[in-house]
Amino acid sequence: MSPQFTLQSLILRTAAHFLLPLLLIFSVFLLLRGHNEPGGGFIAGLVAASAVALYMFALDIRSAKRVLRFEPRDLLGWGLLFGVISGVPAVFMGQPFFTSQWLELTLPVLGELKVGTPLLFDIGVYLVVIGGVLLILLSLAEAEE
Amino acid sequence: MRLEVALPVIIPLFFGALTLILWRWRLAQRVTTVVGTGLMLLSALWLLSATWQDGILVMHMGNWQAPFGIVLVSDLLGAIMVVLAGISGFATAVYSLTSMSKRHEAFGYYPLLHLLLAGVNGAFLTGDIFNLYVWFEVMLVASFALLILGGERAQMEGAIKYVTLNLVSSAMFLSAIGLLYGLTGTLNMADIADKLSYAEDPGIITVIAMLFLVSFGIKAGAFPFFFWLPASYHTPQVAVSALFAALLTKVGVYALFRVFTLIFTQDVDYTHEILLWVAAATMLTGVLGAAAQFEFRRILSFHIISQIGYMIMGLALFTPLAIVGGVFYIMHHIIVKANLFLVSGLVYRLKGTYELKELGGMYRSHPMLAILFLIPALSLAGIPPLSGFFAKFILIRAGVEAEAWWIVAVALVVGLLTLYSMIKIWAEVFWKAQPEEYANRPVHGSAGSGVLYLTIGGMAALTVFIGLGAEPIYQIADAAAHQLLNPSLYIDAVLGER
Repeated sequence: MSPQFTLQSLILRTAAHFLLPLLLIFSVFLLLRGHNEPGGGFIAGLVAASAVALYMFALDIRSAKRVLRFEPRDLLGWGLLFGVISGVPAVFMGQPFFTSQWLELTLPVLGELKVGTPLLFDIGVYLVVIGGVLLILLSLAEAEE
Repeated sequence: MRLEVALPVIIPLFFGALTLILWRWRLAQRVTTVVGTGLMLLSALWLLSATWQDGILVMHMGNWQAPFGIVLVSDLLGAIMVVLAGISGFATAVYSLTSMSKRHEAFGYYPLLHLLLAGVNGAFLTGDIFNLYVWFEVMLVASFALLILGGERAQMEGAIKYVTLNLVSSAMFLSAIGLLYGLTGTLNMADIADKLSYAEDPGIITVIAMLFLVSFGIKAGAFPFFFWLPASYHTPQVAVSALFAALLTKVGVYALFRVFTLIFTQDVDYTHEILLWVAAATMLTGVLGAAAQFEFRRILSFHIISQIGYMIMGLALFTPLAIVGGVFYIMHHIIVKANLFLVSGLVYRLKGTYELKELGGMYRSHPMLAILFLIPALSLAGIPPLSGFFAKFILIRAGVEAEAWWIVAVALVVGLLTLYSMIKIWAEVFWKAQPEEYANRPVHGSAGSGVLYLTIGGMAALTVFIGLGAEPIYQIADAAAHQLLNPSLYIDAVLGER
């Protein structure tokens, strides 16, 4: 690894260990909040990707890949697949593609919960953004090595 | 709600995502691609037959009603184009099984192929002008990546020209959409057409029409904006070349047909007169450019340009028969042109070069291939009873009926020059003996070329079928032209009876 790439900062490295889970939780929060308020899959995906990117800058590429667990390309594929699939349930209800379908659940602790296909679509966007950004970032970082 | 309208777009998107997930398994990717493009072709045929029986079909995506939501509309022209995209997509996928090397597949060939097809089908089916722009971009992004697949120097050079000119075109397209939106306050094409029919100032509309003409002209490879095409089409993998030759420029032609029959019909004397000049210049420059070339794929690339001229001629004459001719020409051209590129790929595989000077003796060594070349080549030149004859015949007859003598003369001369080019390829590649110094080049040999023969043979059979069975094809083209010339059918289908 080239010297200008690693930031030999103890503070950053220590902080990254704490920031990574925090940022990831925050990204999920943004994702779920996005339906009615500012947020959503795109911005949440960027936050999650930047969490991994921060980890990569603080440590190195290998640890970033390990912490990601999945290949970015797979995330991209699954995200796209979720996006397409979210349009399909409407067809079985006799409505045009991508008409949103809602399911209202009453759970014991949480109370009333509305789950629908837009959420699935948003998760798809979330995965596509994480996969896309990290695919670019990790390839560039690896090329620099 | 008609399911079939959305399927040709959804299927390639779905299978594209699937091939992305199956990235690590080469065999699974290949199977998925052949199955996916096959299903896409079937869904396209379903769409065409449904549109043929029930008239223009509309799907309001997400149940948001037009003109506010985005609609997918399938009229006969759109459905025909989707079927042609399905045929060329399927043929390319099968052809790639042998022709695409492991290295190229590993760069994401299959996901990109599906993305390109999704973009092309989306552009053919959308009823929203901004959505059309989006599908154009989907298609372009995929085509940029396919063009440089393999990363050779010549490919980069071609891609830079291709990307630059297409970005200029996109920017112009977008500004034209902005102006149109400012004028009408809507992006739905049917709604725009409806609003413009009451517009008082045709001057500004004509200006916007010209912006669209330039933007789509660049995409279609029309004179004087065709430079990117011969600079780039001979560089990528041959399966990619074939798919590009079949579909990309035709999306531009389709867009011209769409906007200049549906939206911009206020000042036909002016706009379509310009189109006619563009058509003549495109035909001539393309065929003359081809005459000066001695590389297999470059000759074919220049011929795409001259053929685009014929299609625009059909649109420009703007009589019922001429539009029929234009639509017929598109059908004939996509099949024939893709096939010629596929033949060139097989020749390259057997001989290791595209240079006419270095080739030769193929008639003696591969008589089957020689015949399979002759069918699309003679069809391109317009020899009866092949498909190209009927396409040219309808157009020229329409020109005579409209008493546009000079364009008829140009079309006939260009037909003759096309024949010259095809005979040049025939004489150089198949007839003459191969020069000694090039005879012992290391090549792939004929291993695995059965699949390639099969694809080429299938496409050649289609050419013969369009020629011999010209009557039903003519009737479909006739009905498509009828819909194009009566925009109220389209508008009523999208916006409902008012």
